[in-house]
Amino acid sequence: MGWNLIRLYAVAVYIFMFAPVAVVLLLAFNSSQFGGFPIEGFSLQWFEKLYENEAIVRAFKTSFVLGIGTAILATTIGILASLALVRYRFPGKAWITTFLISPVLVPETVLAVGLLLFLRWLSMPRSFALLLIGHTIIALPFVVLVVQARLVGIRKDYEEAALSLGANPLQTFFQITLPLLMPAVFAGALFAFTISFDNITATIFWRPAGSETVPTQIFGMLRNSVSPEINALGFVMIVITVGVPLMAGGLARYFTRKQR
Amino acid sequence: MSPALVTITLLVVVPMSLILIYSFYINIDLGVDRPAFSFENWSELFTDNYYHVAIWKTFRLSVIVTVLAALLGYIPAYFIANTTYKHKWLLLLLLILPFWVSFIIRTLSWIHIMGNQGAINGVLLWLGVIDEPLQMMFNEFAVIVGFIHVFLPYMILNVYVSLEGVDRNLVPAARTLGCSPWQAFREVTLPLSLPGLAAGSLLVFVLTAGSYVTPLILGGPNDFLYGNLIYDAILSELNWPMGATLSFTLLVLLGLVVVLYSRIMGMNQLYKAFG
Repeated sequence: MGWNLIRLYAVAVYIFMFAPVAVVLLLAFNSSQFGGFPIEGFSLQWFEKLYENEAIVRAFKTSFVLGIGTAILATTIGILASLALVRYRFPGKAWITTFLISPVLVPETVLAVGLLLFLRWLSMPRSFALLLIGHTIIALPFVVLVVQARLVGIRKDYEEAALSLGANPLQTFFQITLPLLMPAVFAGALFAFTISFDNITATIFWRPAGSETVPTQIFGMLRNSVSPEINALGFVMIVITVGVPLMAGGLARYFTRKQR
Repeated sequence: MSPALVTITLLVVVPMSLILIYSFYINIDLGVDRPAFSFENWSELFTDNYYHVAIWKTFRLSVIVTVLAALLGYIPAYFIANTTYKHKWLLLLLLILPFWVSFIIRTLSWIHIMGNQGAINGVLLWLGVIDEPLQMMFNEFAVIVGFIHVFLPYMILNVYVSLEGVDRNLVPAARTLGCSPWQAFREVTLPLSLPGLAAGSLLVFVLTAGSYVTPLILGGPNDFLYGNLIYDAILSELNWPMGATLSFTLLVLLGLVVVLYSRIMGMNQLYKAFG
């Protein structure tokens, strides 16, 4: 009896989490001129409108380049940091770990203002580079945590074996450590991409004048009501940020199973 | 020195110090300021009631969101930790999934649920329960719902992690010793899951208190948070020194919350939640 109530409650919370999103997905195909209910018929016209809307296409391009750039930067720095933290001993390591994930605890608004003031102090205007650096800072702690967790699980013996067989440290890294680390690298990169692609809080502060990412574009289009185009845009965004990681995870599973 | 350390120092510590320095500058005109060592902004912050109201509002709303998220999130976490359901991974995946769904889409989706043309009003009108749409949007309630919706997975995941760590033999042991199921939960499971509950609460509190986008989308003109003052100062009024003063204050206030938390709970649980 008690357990059934708990289960019912849990199901209700899951519905609370997913129903609103499902509604957006559904309304993206509504033929009505308005963004909300009722549903008048099935139509793909809003996706067509999206494609014809230059501002949105431009925002998409910006978001994509930014997301990929963030993924590359954050993953590269994240791997190096994790290697240092896991494989080497040095004084104050615990402090540095705390410090590395501290951006998580700094409110994004404050981080945004801080970085902006830094730029102002250097007399540099807002630029795409600012967005790229900013997003990398935001994503880095998550990448470090993912990569670190995996690195702890890779036995040092493999690396030592390679070294004793005559590989130099660089060869050891590229032929032993990195391949073993690949799932985490991939996960970290996806993580970083999604974080960047989705960010709005800091992006509003950092974007150069006239430049929009997809979230800020949606934010600008919202005027108390939701247009059908926003629903369609939401659909596309969800397909990208949810579909890509799910597919990657599924593929990874499929291939590891095949190898066995 | 690892490159990441250099990056973070350069890009986090330096800007934070700059915020402090800038808070003593004097604002002259839109976007124009003069280096100085003036307490003008700080005295404005300490004397103008407008800022105090914003701080109080933000604190109050963050507490409400945190408590509601804890109440809503604990039971699902308990369910996932204790279920014998074969596809438990699916339940966990569904908890991670919201993190991948765009924040702004999740937030604006509530306009479809609670707005005048939203699902709730649609159903009620259709059923004839009401003649005119209920006004549920653009008020504090909508902001609270939006926050809970976005931050709930943090709470559930944190509580789940600590519930998973509870030794499976403890509850049966308590039961053999004569505890009722409820007593066993209250005396054994609940105290052991407190670290997760506290970590989840900390995250939800800090994330809520630092936000400004949700009130802009779901709130009315009076539902601003402290973060909105920063947004206004920097992006609308171009008053950088005041914006810096406000930002630094937010950092210190939320920093105090984190310090208070780590004094009581230690930082380990937080790492666990991220790893």
